[in-house]
Order: sequence, then structure tokens, then C-alpha cells
Amino acid sequence: MRRLFLGLLLGTLLISGLTAAPACAQSTDSQGAAAGSASSSASLQEQVGKLQQQVADARSSGDNAWMLVCAALVLMMTGPGLALFYGGLVRKKNVLGTMMQSFILLAIVTVLWALFGYSLVFHSGTRFIGNLGYLFLHGVGAAPNPDYAATIPQETFMVYQLMFAIITPALITGAFAERMKFSAMVVFMILWTLLVYDPMAHMVWGKGGLLNATLGGVIPTLDFAGGTVVHITSGVSALVCALYLGKRLGYPHEPMPPHSVVLSFIGACLLWVGWFGFNAGSALAAGSLASSAFVATHFAAAAAALGWSAAEWLRNGKASVLGAISGAVAGLVAITPAAGFVGPMSALVIGLIAGVLCYLMVAKVKGRFGYDDSLDAFGVHGAGGTVGALLTGVFAVRAVNPIFKDAQGNALAVGLIDGNARQVINQFVGVVMAWVLAIVGTLVILKIVDVLVGLRVREEHEIQGLDLSQHGEEGYNLEV
Amino acid sequence: MKKIEAIIQPSRFDAVKEALHEVGVDGMTVSEVRGHGRQKGHTEVYRGSEYTVDLLPKVKLEMVVPDRMADAAVQAILKTAKTGKIGDGKIFLTHVDDAIRIRNEERGDAAL
Repeated sequence: MRRLFLGLLLGTLLISGLTAAPACAQSTDSQGAAAGSASSSASLQEQVGKLQQQVADARSSGDNAWMLVCAALVLMMTGPGLALFYGGLVRKKNVLGTMMQSFILLAIVTVLWALFGYSLVFHSGTRFIGNLGYLFLHGVGAAPNPDYAATIPQETFMVYQLMFAIITPALITGAFAERMKFSAMVVFMILWTLLVYDPMAHMVWGKGGLLNATLGGVIPTLDFAGGTVVHITSGVSALVCALYLGKRLGYPHEPMPPHSVVLSFIGACLLWVGWFGFNAGSALAAGSLASSAFVATHFAAAAAALGWSAAEWLRNGKASVLGAISGAVAGLVAITPAAGFVGPMSALVIGLIAGVLCYLMVAKVKGRFGYDDSLDAFGVHGAGGTVGALLTGVFAVRAVNPIFKDAQGNALAVGLIDGNARQVINQFVGVVMAWVLAIVGTLVILKIVDVLVGLRVREEHEIQGLDLSQHGEEGYNLEV
Repeated sequence: MKKIEAIIQPSRFDAVKEALHEVGVDGMTVSEVRGHGRQKGHTEVYRGSEYTVDLLPKVKLEMVVPDRMADAAVQAILKTAKTGKIGDGKIFLTHVDDAIRIRNEERGDAAL
């Protein structure tokens, strides 16, 4: 309302300014009148300038309000969302240990981000990593950074991106659940943020990054909210962790059912809501692109929940609650890179494919290869992220997001169905880069941590559970 | 004196307890237990992994009654705990030598 009012006021003033100009030309015979006109046109210009500033401020305050809410929503995805989702899936002796692995990352990654993480990702630098211009957040304040988001304070952009850096490593914890030492996990995550997340995020989103689609990248890869940066890096690293650490004691002979699907249910629903901040917020403004991404996100989650449930129903004769919520998460993962590029019908298709595919990954493929990806971080995030990143190249259209433009500013075709087959290849290159970086980086880090502190808890501690052995407390003291 | 131990379906517990009160059984000890007899458990599937749950929740009642009441008590349990399906449970009867009320050291039937 305020914006509309200011627009009308500005329009009226512009019109009166235009009518004032010819009046000034006609009255050259009178010196005094000309001088009066000139001074009034100068003051008009001043007023127009002031109003333009006010319009910009109004826009900025609208965008900033939305982005701060989105930052909080993405934080909610890690804690409590992911912590509950994962916490419910483990046995009850490990519930606190598992929740703590997510929660401590809120603290660790925040400090790293403040010191140098933001700079390594978002300052321009090499093709692979940013330089230290924003070290200790130097120069990151109220002024916007027009390269990324011209209407919000850079400080807002910084804290919003921080929430992504927090949830990404937290996703990995699902693969080594119930058997990794807390100390080893802390060291692993510090190194992983530095060596895998920061470079990948810079390559895709940072100015001058190798895969950046608009800011001078060599291979323009589309990744709206983190299909490669967040889900492939975390999902593939998760697989490497599961293989390197080995199976949990007793897996797969001993039953290890989730101790509370109820907790997981609450967590998954919080993830779904938080994902609106993740994807719609990645528009970095409160405009129509945010609406489009919001709708695509929601539609994909719904279709994927149905896809997983249907596949499970056909195979087991029952549609489980855990299946339905896992399907929704798989759909949210897959739509993440595509959210701001595809229409609502494409989102339904992407979600449906992801729901069925991720079900097959965790119910069939995992069993066949025998790796113990305890909470299916790879099956959902690695597989869902990969298929989502590739399908983004298929379904992206300029009608939703005219991201590519020619020299005259005309919108060019974006994805395959828009007439740009090359984008599928670019997406494939982006996916391969993310896989390679995640595999190599994670292997090196695991080796280092293994030598430094040892990765796995002692056998008796694993039997006792992480809650008691790592943290000295229990999740449930129901008899007290 | 006879000790009656009955393991029954949790869903039949209230009916059994009421029927026992009606035939004059004044006291009992009840525990929630898990176990199985011939009844096979059920399977649960989590993300494609199947788990067989063979220990099922049951309720165990224990009571000691005078010999003359034992038959009526057993009949009361049989009538109310039976659904006719596998998993209804079992009743065990044992002879008890003596009973002592701790408060006043009464013995035998008087202590029950």
C-alpha cells in the first residue's frame, strides 16, 4: 500500500515536472520569471530524487523483512527440523547424540562463517575460492552488495547464506549416525566446511566462480537454492563416510528400527515449512520469483510424498508414515536447484520422479550394495540432489526466470524444453564437479581425522549408546 | 491355597479384573510383560528394511486364592479373556504352602 502510494506521488510529480519545463522555455523574455522557474525546477528535481530514494527504501524494507524471516526459517530446518527428523530415526540410546550433531553445527559453522567462511564463498577471488576481503566480516554491513542482492543490506544476505552453510554439513550426520565420536565429528565438520562447502558454494554462487550462471562463470550451471552446493556435496560425502566408517555393530542382522517415527514426523513437517525460506528465499527479494519458487517447492514435495507412498504401497502392500514424510523430503531436495527456474507442472513431475527414485535407492539399492547409510543421507540427498540438478537443465524456462540474456537484453532459452539442450550438459558438468569435490575432499578429511583422533567410538561405547558415552546423559528418564 | 498366574491380551484386562472381583478375588498383582507362545509376531517395514517383532505385549495377573475359590476364578478368567484367536494367553495353577500378612502375621486363608 505504501509502495503504491509513493509510486502514485512520484508519477504525479514527474508529470508536473514535465509540464513545468515548456512553461520555462516560453517565458525567456522575462528574466525574473525564468530565474523563478529554474529554481522551482531544481527544487522539483530535488523532490523527485528524494521520492525515488523513498521508493527504494520502501522496496528495501519489504525485501529485507522477507529475507530476515527466510533466514530464520532456514535455521529452523536444522534445529529443530533435521535434529528431530534424524533423532527419531535412531535407537533411543543415541537420540541426544544425534540431535547434538545437528545442534553443535549451528554454533560451529556460525563462528567459522563470521571469521572467514563468508569471505571464502562470496568475495571475488579465483574460480574455485573467494579471497579474504571480507575477513572478520570487514565491510559487510548495511550497504547492499549489488552483485548478489541489490535491495537488502549485505549483512542480511550474509546471515541468510550462513543458514545454508549450517544445514549442509548437518545433513551428512545421517550417514554416520550411532557410531562416530563426538570429537571426531567436530574436527571433521570444521575441515569439511572449509575444504568442501566453501569452495563448492563459491564456484556456483560466488562472483567469478567456475560454475556461476550470471556472474562471470565459465560453465553456467543453474542451482537456484543448492542442489549441487548443499545436497550433492552433503549426500555424496555421506556415502563416503558410511563406506569409510563401516557398518554399525550388528548391522544388518540386528533390528535397528527408528525409536520414534513421531519425532521424525514433526521434524519432516518443520523441514517442509522451513524449505519455503530455503527455496523461495533464494529469490533474495520478495517479488514474483519468490512466489514462483514457493509454489514449485510445495508442489514437488506433495508429488514426491505421493510417489514414494505409491511405490511402497505397491511393493509392501502398505503406505507407511515414514515413507510419506521421507518422500516429501526427497521432493524438496530435488526441487531445490530448480525452484526458481521451473513452472508448477514441471515441479510436479520432478517431485514424482524424485519420490519414486529415492524410495528405490533406500529400499533396493542400499540393500544390494550393503553399505550402512544409517539414516539415508545419500539415498535422499545425494540421489535426490543429483536428479534434481539434472532435471533443472531439462525443465528450466525463461518465462519463469529469464536468467540468460543476449547483448540487447532479450531473454534466451534456459533449459531443454525451452530450446537450450546445452544446459543439460552444463548441469551434468556441475554435478560431476560436486561429486568429485565431495568424494576427494571427504576422503582426505576422514583420513586426517582418523589419524588425529580416530573416527569411531569404542565398541562398548557403541553398545552403550552415544548419549551416555559421548555426552553423559540420557534422552529419556521416564522413571524419574 | 492355589496360586493362579494368567497371561492375557492387554485389551481383555479390564473385563477379566471385573469378573474376578465378582467371584470374590480381592487382591491381585498385575504386570505389563512381553512374550510369545505359539502366536507368531508381526513384521514392521522401515524404508524397505523388514523387522520381525516376536515379543508381543501381554498382561500378567498373579493371585493366590483359597482352594475352594480356585475353580470359580479360573472360569471367570476363561470366560472373559477368550477371544478364540491365537494369542489369548495361558493360565498356570500351582499349590501354595502358606501365606503371611506382613502387617499382623496372620497365616493361611486369613492372610489372603
